[in-house]
Amino acid sequence: MTINPDQLIHFSALHRLQWEEAQQKYVILYPEGMVELNQSSAEILKLCDGSRDLSAIVAELEEKFAANDLTNDILNFLNVALQHGWIEQH
Amino acid sequence: MAGSNNINITPPRWLLAELSYKCPLQCPYCSNPLDYAKYTEELSTDDWKRVLSQARNMGAVQLGFSGGEPLTRQDLPELVAFARELGYYTNLITSGYGLTEDKIITLKQAGLDHIQVSIQASSQELNDHIAGTETFLQKQEVAGLVKKHGYPMVLCVVLHRQNIHQMPQILSMAEKLGADYLELANTQYYGWAHLNRDALLPTREQFLIAEKIAQSFKETVAGKMKIYYVVPDFYEDRPKACMNGWGSTFLTIAPDGLALPCHSARELPGLDCPNVKDFSVEQIWNESKAFNFFRGDDWMQEPCRSCDEKHKDFGGCRCQAYLLNGDMFSTDPVCSKSSQRYRIDEAIETASELALSAGEKPLVFRNSKNSKLFNI
Repeated sequence: MTINPDQLIHFSALHRLQWEEAQQKYVILYPEGMVELNQSSAEILKLCDGSRDLSAIVAELEEKFAANDLTNDILNFLNVALQHGWIEQH
Repeated sequence: MAGSNNINITPPRWLLAELSYKCPLQCPYCSNPLDYAKYTEELSTDDWKRVLSQARNMGAVQLGFSGGEPLTRQDLPELVAFARELGYYTNLITSGYGLTEDKIITLKQAGLDHIQVSIQASSQELNDHIAGTETFLQKQEVAGLVKKHGYPMVLCVVLHRQNIHQMPQILSMAEKLGADYLELANTQYYGWAHLNRDALLPTREQFLIAEKIAQSFKETVAGKMKIYYVVPDFYEDRPKACMNGWGSTFLTIAPDGLALPCHSARELPGLDCPNVKDFSVEQIWNESKAFNFFRGDDWMQEPCRSCDEKHKDFGGCRCQAYLLNGDMFSTDPVCSKSSQRYRIDEAIETASELALSAGEKPLVFRNSKNSKLFNI
């Protein structure tokens, strides 16, 4: 299961992405579980709202962080996220 | 409240709200205390709201509504809505009994995130026998409705000698019902399960066969269904890291408002567990005697004290040490380094002999009548 670059990326309906004030970080919540996210993972997942595909996410983050060549890092993380069921494509 | 301490206290992350000890089911492995029937008082809606707010302010984020059967509380939708508004991830841990489609919709609108339905076995006859109530067909229906209304569906099956042979059927049932998560929870022997241990503990062979089947199923359904496998610690040689360490992560509030570092801690002597009607959650978590009792490792005896694994399993479970060794400061007898390990081995042997003999012990079901026998 890998990211299809031609499809939009949605955040999973069975998970919740949320800022946790007490932890000062984003977390993913799901039945009886929680994953704490580092800043870059959170920045990527926040853009997985069903309105962007891979290249749109890359473009937006490269602009935001004044960086280029982020494609591989982002794709690697998105593949991991897909395998965990945090995001989906349909 | 009792003293101070120098240990670095981490905030609670999990709040287990045991709303009521009332339950229409009678499962003989229930983790509620044997004498639950004497605690008839329940917190009010306002008490619960105060507790939810205080714990959330400290950083609790996972919230389990449990019991007993949490659906017996008429204010459940109100509490769910309140909790969701605070930002909790809200889990309903239910038998499914009395969960109509209307209630499922109401709870969804209130913001409930997830429903975990327990099923006692893969066949109607055995399910209804273990539950002590005719519930099998309704549970199947509820599982379907949970899916239909867009909740992640978690099926929970507690495993023991009476149903562990059904592992293949349990797995195909979970697949057929479309479970997103399947919790295969080997019985933990506290409360009613401790009382019924001789009739519930599987033999080593039964356990190994079931585990192998579950393991291969896990690979088959990878990506579709997640399996939570709760290991049977009697068949391990190191204890579980109970509660992720005492007073580190988990906070249980019993129906009468007693704050517990784990849901069995009421049984431990001399903890003086505080009540949320008398103290704030912050006072309870940071300052109470009960929550500081087994924090850190100063309380440990040998072999834990000098053990290089003590920060991995925290000496195991205090309730198990108390129930089996009669000493809550001792090493969990599951540990092969414990001089008390023979108690576990004897329990396994006794259960195996009974399993092979014709004379199975009758189960003592969890109900008010039986509970009152312990109400001394």
